[in-house]
Amino acid sequence: MADENEFLQEYANREYKYGFVSDIENETVPKGLNEDIIRLISAKKKEPEFMLEWRLKAFRHWQTMKEPRWANIKYEKIDYQDIVYYSAPKSKKDGPKSLDDVDPAILEMYNKLGIPLKEQEILAGVAVDAVLDSVSVATTFKEKLSELGIIFCSFSEAVQNHPDLVKKYLGTVVPYADNFFAALNSAVFSDGSFVYIPKGVRCPMELSTYFRINAANTGQFERTLIIAEDDSYVSYLEGCTASMRDENQLHAAVVELVALDNAQIKYSTVQNWYPGDKDGKGGIYNFVTKRGLCKGVNSKISWTQVETGSAITWKYPGCVLQGDFSVGEFYSVALTANRQQADTGTKMIHIGKNTTSTIVSKGISSGFGQNSYRGQVKVLKSAKNARNFSQCDSLLIGDKCGAHTFPYIEVKNSTAQVEHEATTSKIGEDQIFYCNQRGISTEDAVSMIVNGFCKEVLAELPMEFAVEAQKLLGVSLEGSVG
Amino acid sequence: MLKIKNLNASIENNEILKGIDLQVNAGEVHAIMGPNGSGKSTLAQVLAGREEYEVTDGVVEYDGRDLLELSPEDRAREGLFLAFQYPVEIPGVNTAYFLRTALNEKRLYRGEKQISAMEFLKLVREKMKLVQMDESFLKRSVNEGFSGGEKKRNEILQMAVLEPKLAVLDETDSGLDIDALKIVANGVNTLKSRNNAIIVVTHYQRLLEYIVPDFVHVLYKGRIVKSGDRNLALELEKQGYDWLKENVPAQAVHVEE
Repeated sequence: MADENEFLQEYANREYKYGFVSDIENETVPKGLNEDIIRLISAKKKEPEFMLEWRLKAFRHWQTMKEPRWANIKYEKIDYQDIVYYSAPKSKKDGPKSLDDVDPAILEMYNKLGIPLKEQEILAGVAVDAVLDSVSVATTFKEKLSELGIIFCSFSEAVQNHPDLVKKYLGTVVPYADNFFAALNSAVFSDGSFVYIPKGVRCPMELSTYFRINAANTGQFERTLIIAEDDSYVSYLEGCTASMRDENQLHAAVVELVALDNAQIKYSTVQNWYPGDKDGKGGIYNFVTKRGLCKGVNSKISWTQVETGSAITWKYPGCVLQGDFSVGEFYSVALTANRQQADTGTKMIHIGKNTTSTIVSKGISSGFGQNSYRGQVKVLKSAKNARNFSQCDSLLIGDKCGAHTFPYIEVKNSTAQVEHEATTSKIGEDQIFYCNQRGISTEDAVSMIVNGFCKEVLAELPMEFAVEAQKLLGVSLEGSVG
Repeated sequence: MLKIKNLNASIENNEILKGIDLQVNAGEVHAIMGPNGSGKSTLAQVLAGREEYEVTDGVVEYDGRDLLELSPEDRAREGLFLAFQYPVEIPGVNTAYFLRTALNEKRLYRGEKQISAMEFLKLVREKMKLVQMDESFLKRSVNEGFSGGEKKRNEILQMAVLEPKLAVLDETDSGLDIDALKIVANGVNTLKSRNNAIIVVTHYQRLLEYIVPDFVHVLYKGRIVKSGDRNLALELEKQGYDWLKENVPAQAVHVEE
């Protein structure tokens, strides 16, 4: 229909409202990657010897690796020597000791993003770690949390103040040799968040990290490590945006989660990196490795992601279900519009007995967007009575986009039960017309149907963020479809 | 309220409506009858603004405005309501939310305040009684998994909430058993007033025993070939549509109200 095409055109012109660039003076290292750069990054961060060694091992391994090409995405070759691997806002002192020391320009930037860092203004019940380009610029509610023995700080601080914990867990879930991008991250990662929940503690507030890429030609390589001791609970959320730039920027993060006996980690992501313009110019290449280890019995790790940004998304947050009776969950909404491409899904590795995993993936494609679900469910011989349920639904908007599903199922134990359901649907003209006839505009109808389609996943997000995510889906679909 | 003059419409170059003339005034109930394929549903869809149909000639004046110039959603906000022959399922969107959104769109259009969730619930509960629908439907996705009768009742519920000026009921009786038919008809009759008008599109006269029309028009091959009062419906019922084929000359005579 002619009209539908018009909507699609408009859809292509949707706006990215976080694309502004803030004028913040930066301290950067020269472009390119070699051992000297890695030594320089490590020295700037005053790291202990073990960290530098680990980085160098990772770098040497990375040099032997090839960039993976199996994903259903297309992009120009990345020149790894043309990237700045470290960029930090210049500060007069050694780093902000408190919020009062943070550059007002940075506070202003976060205000503009709707993330006020002043504790009295902050969303009640949410502690924030703000990571700008390569470093963490502020962490709120630190003291209050430390009263409970909870550590919530930047990764750099953790390396300084809790080296034993870092040493014990770093790379245990995602080893540096895991994959090309994980190796690269291990060599050059500059900051990220660190969370430690002691035994028996239920974290009383949502912990959240807000990532922002502002500097040009810079890659962001953050690393997050969350450890939940026996009988503890934490809910953690990350959000991300980036300035609008014509060139593609690389984001290669690693997230490792460790849940011990009866511990629960809920990890939610609202990813809104700059997706590039309507012709596919610019945008973030988001190559991320996220994995949780359910190490203890009866432990639970739950991933929820709403992926609306990035030119390319390549991520498979997974769970290694080692502890008996452990539970892994993956709830995902991935939206691709314009020329965006997403190849995303999960890996559920069942090792322990009576382990269960649930996968709910909702892919939405519009414009020329390409959306692939890629998931692996692996039941090892030891995993008696393992259960998995997977549901992959795709929603197409318009006729130039694509949805693909690549489920890999590998079962080595005959007591396992694995179920997979998949559906593909299109927002039908009859649905739109029905809404129109009730006075609802096409745009609102699409956003209503999309939100309905994602409901199961959005329901997994902490409340405040579910509302955010819903709005975000609306904005991302602005000017859409029929 | 509604003046249709020489309305011609086609879909994919097939002419379906070939010069419809019809005038509907406030307070009136009109029935449009006719055999399958005569263009009844097309007329309903064209009035509601379905884009697949191309209006090739004619004018439609609604409440003093050019209806054909309005977008489908603006027609709805102006008080035109179509009860669908095949109500559409919208998975994931709950009925209460859908209906409240629709109502608020109309209110905003008129410069009125949005209805709060509480007020809405009160309103919709009351209206549900009218069509004997259980409250549990509010939590279900729009029409998803509804039986044929439930879908039709849901259409009338929406009509009751939106209070249209002009309601077009497209084969609302199809697929209904006699009890459901009575419930639907009773709902429609309750909503009838001096200020609104209803067009009932139907194949059978059965529905017209419960929703009594002031005028009956027979649509045949894209034209209104006969108009009359409710006795015309009875005659049709007795004689069948074949009677019409034999008795209607090629160039049909239009009966103006």
